[in-house]
Amino acid sequence: MATQHSRAAARLMISPAVALLLIWMIVPLTMTIWFSFQQYNLLYPDRTGFAGWSNYVYFVTDFRFAPAIRNTLVLVLGVLAITMIGGILLALLLDQPFWGQGIVRLLVLAPFFVMPTVSALVWKNMFMNPVNGFFAHIAKAFGGQGFDFLGQAPLFSIIIMVAWQWLPFATLILLTALQSLDREQMEAAEMDGAGPLSRFVYITLPHLTRAITVVILIQTIFLLSVYAEILVTTNGGPGTASMNLPFLVYLASIVDNDVGMGAAGGVIAIILANIVAFFLMRAIGKNLDA
Amino acid sequence: MGQIELSQVTKGFGDVTVIPPLDLRIEDGEFVVFVGPSGCGKSTLLRLIAGLEDTTSGRITIDGRDATDLSPAQRGLAMVFQSYALYPHMSVRKNIAFPLKMAGVPEEERARRVEAAAKVLNLTSYLDRRPGQLSGGQRQRVAIGRAIVREPKAFLFDEPLSNLDAALRMGMRLEITELHQRLKTTMIYVTHDQVEAMTMADKIVVLNAGRIEQVGSPLELYRRPRNLFVAGFIGSPKMNFVTGPEAARRDAATIGVRPEHIGISRDGGDWKGTVGVAEHLGSDTFLHVTTEHGMITVRAGGEVDAAHGDTIWLTPDPAHVHRFDAGGARL
Repeated sequence: MATQHSRAAARLMISPAVALLLIWMIVPLTMTIWFSFQQYNLLYPDRTGFAGWSNYVYFVTDFRFAPAIRNTLVLVLGVLAITMIGGILLALLLDQPFWGQGIVRLLVLAPFFVMPTVSALVWKNMFMNPVNGFFAHIAKAFGGQGFDFLGQAPLFSIIIMVAWQWLPFATLILLTALQSLDREQMEAAEMDGAGPLSRFVYITLPHLTRAITVVILIQTIFLLSVYAEILVTTNGGPGTASMNLPFLVYLASIVDNDVGMGAAGGVIAIILANIVAFFLMRAIGKNLDA
Repeated sequence: MGQIELSQVTKGFGDVTVIPPLDLRIEDGEFVVFVGPSGCGKSTLLRLIAGLEDTTSGRITIDGRDATDLSPAQRGLAMVFQSYALYPHMSVRKNIAFPLKMAGVPEEERARRVEAAAKVLNLTSYLDRRPGQLSGGQRQRVAIGRAIVREPKAFLFDEPLSNLDAALRMGMRLEITELHQRLKTTMIYVTHDQVEAMTMADKIVVLNAGRIEQVGSPLELYRRPRNLFVAGFIGSPKMNFVTGPEAARRDAATIGVRPEHIGISRDGGDWKGTVGVAEHLGSDTFLHVTTEHGMITVRAGGEVDAAHGDTIWLTPDPAHVHRFDAGGARL
């Protein structure tokens, strides 16, 4: 039914949705860019007007900026590494037939439903607390001392929390991909003399590449903007040890009341995300072509 | 070498016995076809020989060596699957080379043997394509190529032609038979199509509900079916069975006559009938005739002019009447 007439009608019908989405995206983006070039500090309402590049200069030359960029990247890469390796192993495990499979698969998904703030607080207070935490109790049972996770290894602790949350997502996507693997292919490989490890490397892993690509892309988008877990646990500290870019934007615009500088940080975050996306698509994007 | 012997082999899944105790001997270089209706256990039997399923009890020996507990790879057999089971992310070259790579064959020899296999199967110009870019027949040939590079003791085929269209199936049938003539390697071939069984096999094994009904050469099975099941399964169109007084007259519970062993006449004969559907194939005409003994299929010459509703007389050739007792066994 792809006549000239029906195509014109289709465009007409789809236009309100497209227009709405466009406005939805364009307005905040334009406002952010606009504010980033304005003097706009809530503590000094009298200072207004065009600020030139000064908001950007101040944001970039801030002593917290370099660590924030580094931490953002370490956080993304760390969580990706843990969730990909852990996700593949868990998916392989859950793909085996065992009693209570349905329930277990459902339970594995549970961490994904816990709000980031809640899960971070649970980790902070019930597991990583150096005195009353679960890990401290285990350490004491073996005659050791509680380790101050958030004080001594803040970024690592946050990586663990976020990885715990995203592990189910990776597991689930990889599990569904595993289940679509042709059984006869595995049997053929077995007949061809491939051991379990060779079968994994030559058959299973290539079959999973597309799912792995999807998981990496989706997770990267969300991991670049991790914020709640940092707010309720370390507040970016000690010092700048667990500060990432979204958190620095929050500090600038809310804590320092400098909306202009916050907006400049926001624009920089957009640029960083696009750079990451560019390299990611170049590296693994070809896996998405059929 | 590729002599395979099964003794008292059984297979059960839970409480269900799929294969009751079974003995079978396959000689080196034979082309053996397992044939039977779907669900008769022929694929399971093949997978037991391949080692993809464990036997519940019994012994499998390959070249006189006990292989019951060997892994599929150690048995030295190669299998061609119904779905071809090619590795979609590898080129044809890599697919064929995969078993060699797993066996640790050096790179140069690998390339040489892949080229040789590709030449035998007319795949040389497709070596760098992916399986997804090939037609069904080409994929089938790649699967066979992957099997022959290993120079296995025996080839196992699991309904390899059932995904191909009729014309291609006939071509591949010839190619596989030709390949067997050239390689002289033992081949075990599973199919539900009795035409494939008749045309390709040195020896046919007819299976029903996991039991072997008869083992023999195609013509042996055609001429002297041991029971009603084999008689009805081998031959196309099916053998006609007649029970009642007509069978009792010949001291049997059931008699069977193949469509090609019935004479027709306009004037008189043993059985009077009315022509139903007449299928004209050019070379032959299949007449479906309703008689007082039931529906009888008759093969007549291509020039026979019989129309729906005509009355004709049928006379079975007494030399080719098969007689069976009440239990279905041949008399």
